[in-house]
Amino acid sequence: MAATPRNQAITAAEAVRRSLEGAGRTDWRSIGFQAVLVLLLVLTLGVLAWLLVVVFVNGTPVLLERGTDFLTSPLASQPERAGVGQAISGSLMLMAFVAIISFPLGIGAAIYLEEYAADTRFTRLVNTVVRNLAGVPSIVYGLLGLAVFVVALGDVVGPGPASGRSLIAGGLTMAILVLPIVIITSAEALRAVPGAIREAAFGVGATRWEVVRSHVLPYAAPGIFTGTILSMARAFGETAPLILVGAVIGGFNVRYDSILEQLQGRYTALPTTVYDWARKPATFEGNVYAAIVVLIVVLLLVNALAIYLRNRFERRW
Amino acid sequence: MTALSSPPPTRLSVADLRGSSARRRRETAVRLAFLAAASLSILISLLIIISLIGEAWNFVSSVDPALLFERGWFPRRDLYGIPTIVAGTLLVAGIGMLVAAPLGLGAAIWLSEYASPRARRAIKPVLEVLAGIPSVVLGYFALQVISPTVVDTACPGATDPFNMAAAGIGVGILITPLVASVAEDAMYAVPRSLREASYGLGARKRTTSLRIVFPAAISGIVAALILGLSRGIGETMVVSIAAGATGGSLFSIDPCAPGQTMTAAMTALATGSDQVRGASLAFPSLFFVGLLLFVFTLVLNLVADRFVRRFRVRY
Repeated sequence: MAATPRNQAITAAEAVRRSLEGAGRTDWRSIGFQAVLVLLLVLTLGVLAWLLVVVFVNGTPVLLERGTDFLTSPLASQPERAGVGQAISGSLMLMAFVAIISFPLGIGAAIYLEEYAADTRFTRLVNTVVRNLAGVPSIVYGLLGLAVFVVALGDVVGPGPASGRSLIAGGLTMAILVLPIVIITSAEALRAVPGAIREAAFGVGATRWEVVRSHVLPYAAPGIFTGTILSMARAFGETAPLILVGAVIGGFNVRYDSILEQLQGRYTALPTTVYDWARKPATFEGNVYAAIVVLIVVLLLVNALAIYLRNRFERRW
Repeated sequence: MTALSSPPPTRLSVADLRGSSARRRRETAVRLAFLAAASLSILISLLIIISLIGEAWNFVSSVDPALLFERGWFPRRDLYGIPTIVAGTLLVAGIGMLVAAPLGLGAAIWLSEYASPRARRAIKPVLEVLAGIPSVVLGYFALQVISPTVVDTACPGATDPFNMAAAGIGVGILITPLVASVAEDAMYAVPRSLREASYGLGARKRTTSLRIVFPAAISGIVAALILGLSRGIGETMVVSIAAGATGGSLFSIDPCAPGQTMTAAMTALATGSDQVRGASLAFPSLFFVGLLLFVFTLVLNLVADRFVRRFRVRY
């Protein structure tokens, strides 16, 4: 072979053999292409790692030094005294609003769309509206809350010093914000339940509600739980709408005598506290990172729970 | 059978098949409750539109139209330069797309075409975690880490720690998982038979990915990019923290300088870093900007929707 001149014609069999073996050619372009893809992916994951490292390296010293004091102290103007106590309780109350209001409404709407509704113009309208609501920027929901709850209904949701900027206004805004997400994820979970399950129940004389309650919902439950947990996480990290509907920025010091008073009073949340501190002088830097650590740890736990639930109970039909 | 002394057989009537009336009433009640829950979403969108248009109309009807095209956004001084904040928004979203499109599509192609099932199962949840990082965290990361490292090396001279490039990169990181997951879904859904036909003709994996799978999934990929752009335009906290959301901003499209976007202008107005007492138009101007933002993102979302529907090839 070595003696064969380059330009000499080769036999057809030889050409096929060379082609199949690659004949010593390395496909550098394919290797390069795959390398670029892997590089892009590593870059994406690397940013996540970089972010987590920066946050934990800067945040944990403050958390270790302050301990539970940081988790329970109220907002304050000196960094060494300021803590996230009010922010955590405010965020938990907002979560309660989301769970109480948007879960039943969202799952109910999903059941209607998937199990009850015929393919009418109304149903298609609702489907379109829900999909578009999910794409509306969160700050626009803040404007909705500002116009409806703070301004129009201010005397109901937050009379007195809060002047409408109350926990109720924030909670309702958050509940509306996650409602489309709850509807979409629940509808997906319901759609994944095969029709044969429903037909079996109808066949023994169950009514539609009985079919849904005792057959469809149990099978769709893991999917619905996963979706609702993720929507909680979304609400937990959401900042912009709360700023518009007036979560407290700066500090406040009020003792509440009753639950109602607290609901109608001023509040703050963990992400708004992060935002507030982020704009303060550099002495607050440790506090910002510590608050972010708290925020991210909660979110990672919630996400892990959702992923676990999905993998544990996922069913292939 | 004949031994059974049952009452004489009666004819079944429609009434017998209906079930008890209590059961039917409960059915109707449940149905109506679910219908009401579903109708709520229509009510919410009506409320959004009414509240936005109502206050926006107050603003438009009482502002001097010339002020809307001033070269600067200073609501405190009654200068509402809409082009300033629209340009800032497009700049940030554009930088975001420059980051998110290659990262997101690269990750999508690798996950869909090259990754082993195990790698896929391991990496997809990590991307979901990235998607779950709150925007306020990414904003602070952009300001504290990206701005002094990446932007400072890329921009000539001394750069302001608050700048549009850092905000744009932060937004890009934020929308990368969205682009990746929508695009990956689209490519993963391309049937295996197409790939096998391509291999059968002797095509390489690279050729198959780029010439067969990518074009077949193009509707979903375009939709992923449009959705990413829409998210980038509506993103608030990253820009509010990293772009230097001071009270106002002159018209500027310099990525190395601070600037203002529509969303950041809204939070600046609401947090009182630009608290307006004298000018009564500041409050309604918030809603006018919100309406613009709503229309922008709605149009983009509808286009993405249309794209998926119109150009999707059904297999």
